[in-house]
Amino acid sequence: MKTILYLFLGTIFGIIMYKSEAASWFRIYEMFNFASFHMYGIMGSAVVIGMIGVQFLKKKNYKAIDGTDLSLTPKEKGISRYLFGGIIFGLGWGLAGACPGPMYTLAGVGYISILIVIAGAILGTFLYGLLRKKLPH
Amino acid sequence: MNWILEPWPWYIGGPAIAIFMLSLLIIGKQFGMSSNLRSLCSIGGGGKVADFFNFDWKAQRWNLTIMIGAAIGGFIAANYLSDNTVQINESLLPQLQEYGINSTGEAYLPTEIFASENLNLKNLLILLGGGLLVGFGARYAGGCTSGHGISGLSNLQLPSLIAIVGFFIGGLVMVHLFYPLIF
Repeated sequence: MKTILYLFLGTIFGIIMYKSEAASWFRIYEMFNFASFHMYGIMGSAVVIGMIGVQFLKKKNYKAIDGTDLSLTPKEKGISRYLFGGIIFGLGWGLAGACPGPMYTLAGVGYISILIVIAGAILGTFLYGLLRKKLPH
Repeated sequence: MNWILEPWPWYIGGPAIAIFMLSLLIIGKQFGMSSNLRSLCSIGGGGKVADFFNFDWKAQRWNLTIMIGAAIGGFIAANYLSDNTVQINESLLPQLQEYGINSTGEAYLPTEIFASENLNLKNLLILLGGGLLVGFGARYAGGCTSGHGISGLSNLQLPSLIAIVGFFIGGLVMVHLFYPLIF
C-alpha cells in the first residue's frame, strides 16, 4: 500500500520536473547565464513556500502521520564539505545540465544517453565513498 | 486541448515542488534525491570496499520507489503532456550555435549532446564526467538541489546555503570558463 503511495508521489514529482522544464539542459544553461527568471522563480517560490510550511509544522509541533518526529535532521556544522562538495556538484550540474532528481525523470523519457550520466553519478558517489576519509569535511 | 501540452510557468512548478516536499515530511520522510545514488552503490556491493556503503539501504526503499516513480512521471509527461520542446531566451541562441548546438527551441535536451545517434567519444566524456561530478559533489556536500536546495533551505540550514553558493560557483565556472574550452 505504502509502495503505491511512494510510486504515486514519485510520478507526480517526475511530471513536475518535466513540465516545469527543470529537467531541461537548456533551462540550466539559461539559468547560469542569468537570461531568465524561470529557474530562479521555481527554486525561489519552492523555498519560500517550503520555509513557511516547515516553520509552521515545527511551531505547531506536528508529528508525521505515523507518529514519529518530522524528518528534519539538522545538517552537521562545517564549511569545507559544503563549499567544495557544492562547487564540484555545480560543475557537473552545469556540464550535464541535470541534477539527481531530473536524471531519473529523463531516463523514464527514454534518453539512453542519460543512463551514462546516471552511471557517472553512481561512479562519482562510489569514488566519494572510497576517498571520504582523505577529504576535508 | 493544447494547453495541456504547454510547459508550466515557474509559479506552478515551484509551489508544486514545495507541496511535494511538505507531503513527504508529513508522511515521515525527507526530500532528497541523491541519497538514492548511495543506496544503489550499497545494493551493488559497495560496502565490501568502503564503510560508507555499509548502511541499511532497505530503510531507503521508499526513496528508491520515489525514484522509479520519477522515471514513470517523465515517461507520462513526455508522451502525453508535452510537445517536448523548450523555449529559452533567444539572446542565448548565437552563443549556443557557436558551441555547435542548433536544436534550441526544437528539443527538450540538446540533440547534439544527448541524441544517441550523436554519441561519440566527446559526448561520452561530457555525459560521464558531468554525472561523475554531480555524484561525487552531491555526496561530498551531503545533498543536492533537493536535499540542500529545497529541504535544507526550507529548514533554515546554514550548511545548505553554503552548499547552494557552491552549486552556483561551480555552475558559473563551468558555463562561463569551461564551456568555451569544451565546446
